[in-house]
Amino acid sequence: MQLKKTGFATLLMAATMLSGAAPALADGTVKVGVLQSLSGTMAISEVPLEDAELLAISQINASGGVLGKQIVSVEEDGASDPSTFAQKATKLIQEDKVVTVFGGWTSSSRKAMLPVFQRLHNLLWYPVQFEGNECSPNIMYSGAQPNQQALPALTWAEEKGYKSYFLIGSDYVYPRTANLILKKHIAHDGMTLSGEEYVPLGGTDFSSIIAEIQKSKPDVIINTLNGDSNVSFFKQLAAAGMTPDKLPVMSFSIAEPEAKAMGPSLLAGSYTSWNYFQSLPGPTNAAFVSAYKAKYGADAVVDDPMVHGYEDVYEWAAAVKKAGTFEPTAVRNAAVALGFEDSPLGSVKFAKNQSMVQTGYIGQLQPDGQFKIIWQSPGPIMPEPYDPLTFPGKTCNLH
Amino acid sequence: MHESAFLLGQVFNGFSVASLFILAALGLALSFGLMRVINMAHGEMLMLGGYLAYLTLQVVPGPMGIIVAMPVAFLGAAIIGGVLEFAVIHRLSARPLDTLLATWGVSLILQQAARNMFGAIGVEVTAPSWLNHTVSIHSGFLSGLDLPDTRIFILIIAALVLAGIAALLNKTRLGLYVRAVNQDRATAAAMGVNARLIDLAVFSLGTGVAGLAGVILALLGPVTPTVGQSYIVPAFLVVILGGLGSLVGTTIASIIIGLFTALIEIFVDVSVAQVLLLLFVILFIQIRPQGVITVRTRALEG
Repeated sequence: MQLKKTGFATLLMAATMLSGAAPALADGTVKVGVLQSLSGTMAISEVPLEDAELLAISQINASGGVLGKQIVSVEEDGASDPSTFAQKATKLIQEDKVVTVFGGWTSSSRKAMLPVFQRLHNLLWYPVQFEGNECSPNIMYSGAQPNQQALPALTWAEEKGYKSYFLIGSDYVYPRTANLILKKHIAHDGMTLSGEEYVPLGGTDFSSIIAEIQKSKPDVIINTLNGDSNVSFFKQLAAAGMTPDKLPVMSFSIAEPEAKAMGPSLLAGSYTSWNYFQSLPGPTNAAFVSAYKAKYGADAVVDDPMVHGYEDVYEWAAAVKKAGTFEPTAVRNAAVALGFEDSPLGSVKFAKNQSMVQTGYIGQLQPDGQFKIIWQSPGPIMPEPYDPLTFPGKTCNLH
Repeated sequence: MHESAFLLGQVFNGFSVASLFILAALGLALSFGLMRVINMAHGEMLMLGGYLAYLTLQVVPGPMGIIVAMPVAFLGAAIIGGVLEFAVIHRLSARPLDTLLATWGVSLILQQAARNMFGAIGVEVTAPSWLNHTVSIHSGFLSGLDLPDTRIFILIIAALVLAGIAALLNKTRLGLYVRAVNQDRATAAAMGVNARLIDLAVFSLGTGVAGLAGVILALLGPVTPTVGQSYIVPAFLVVILGGLGSLVGTTIASIIIGLFTALIEIFVDVSVAQVLLLLFVILFIQIRPQGVITVRTRALEG
């Protein structure tokens, strides 16, 4: 017992010493937090995203840092668990005294961190496309709002002349909300909904759903399945004779790494909607892709959330320069006042609702695992956290 | 499409799902029936089969790859199962609860090993092109019915595996020994049956069947380090519903579960069907705790 007490006291002392030895803006450096899942089921997606964020930090440091200070990143593991995300966010802000945090992936991780950032008056840069329906002054939402990913996909499909739509998704908040919005727009545009089905996360059997699809004969399937379920779905669809050239499938959670893992031969010809593809033209994207490959290996692929994480660091640095301070409130005010910046995604900026103004692209998967861009929105799309058809009267006024 | 064609299609789907469940659960039923061992690493034997199929397809690409992969996966998983039985399970035979924990540990080790060797996002195994067709009916009251060749192929494999194991248990000397040990271990041993060797053989057979099942499941699903986890729950469900350790029970339970989900999914979506299925199993176990088939064996008493 005595030993235990001593051990605890030592730990406490060590902890106090550690936090005491970490002043926020010590001699020429500034600390930022990077909070992604380095373990658990989400690590597969979040580790490459963290790599992209760290790449941006090292690039900015190499070109002189921000306000004359070198950026020091403090990395923590959210462990694919929302409550760990909240706990680690608190730790980063209170003990490490970081001036801002880049991180999060799942909506549940973001929802868990939101009250922490509000209570401690800090700023989170969130890089993943999500279901909208949220509006916090303490979060910069750079991933697509539904009107920047789901609705452009619908616009494209309508322009292609597709009239009937079959919605399939994993059973959780993103597919349910995205489909709620899509259904409102499908009805509003005079199209027909030929079916809507959900399977539990990780579900592997699609026999009944495929029977429904054969019965209702839709023009196109809109797919919000997540993870491995996609492999089962596409394999069973192919087994039933419905290959992408006969029945087009538009997916929202298949990007370059997923396509590479699932096998391009299985998915080739299917469509997806994002705000970034590795195959986007332009020197800024080419420079980013080659810098990433130089650091993480020649066969590394990049995708939409990774580029958002990368761009978030640059947006933060630009906002800090404009504000002349690292103070989070000043930084977020400066961030929405910045003009369009050139980025690997094209020309982007933050709107007054703290979401990113960005272009929507539709890509078709090629046998080499890359997407061919076949459509893009007429210009950068203004983000709408609350879809006016689905949530009338709700707006997001932050500035 | 006619309603009758749709309905028949769902019955076919029910049997198709049942065939997957039979393949996934058979090994579990075998090892539980004989040795009373709940092998938590059973799902990883399915996963192992999937990866062995991937490796085989690297060596033997082309149309016959998947046919070659089945015996390879059977042998590979049987050998790993044999090692597992010899190194871990046999040594814990007097402590069933510890076996549960130990095999769970083994399942974590195997998952991490697959992750380190092949990466976390899984590998590509696709059905050969000769399976990428459907049997379609274009006229009559069943017009519009489409039966995928892959699913028909899986049904045939499941029937063959089932028949093979039934023949092994009922027609061979090894089967006689297995049944003897199953009924009364001590007496069988007194009669000169090497019960120790029978344990090893049955456990290896069970994991071998799981390996073969892994190849089949890879035709319709992903091959990832954690893929075993998606099948282990339905496999346990089948074993419990079927009556612990009964081959006939396992088959009937698989068909009940397959048909139940396929038919209920005509009316509700997949998520709700899952809930109703679990409710159904809970109710069934309340009414008939011993499962579909009652197995009389000393191994399950006391």
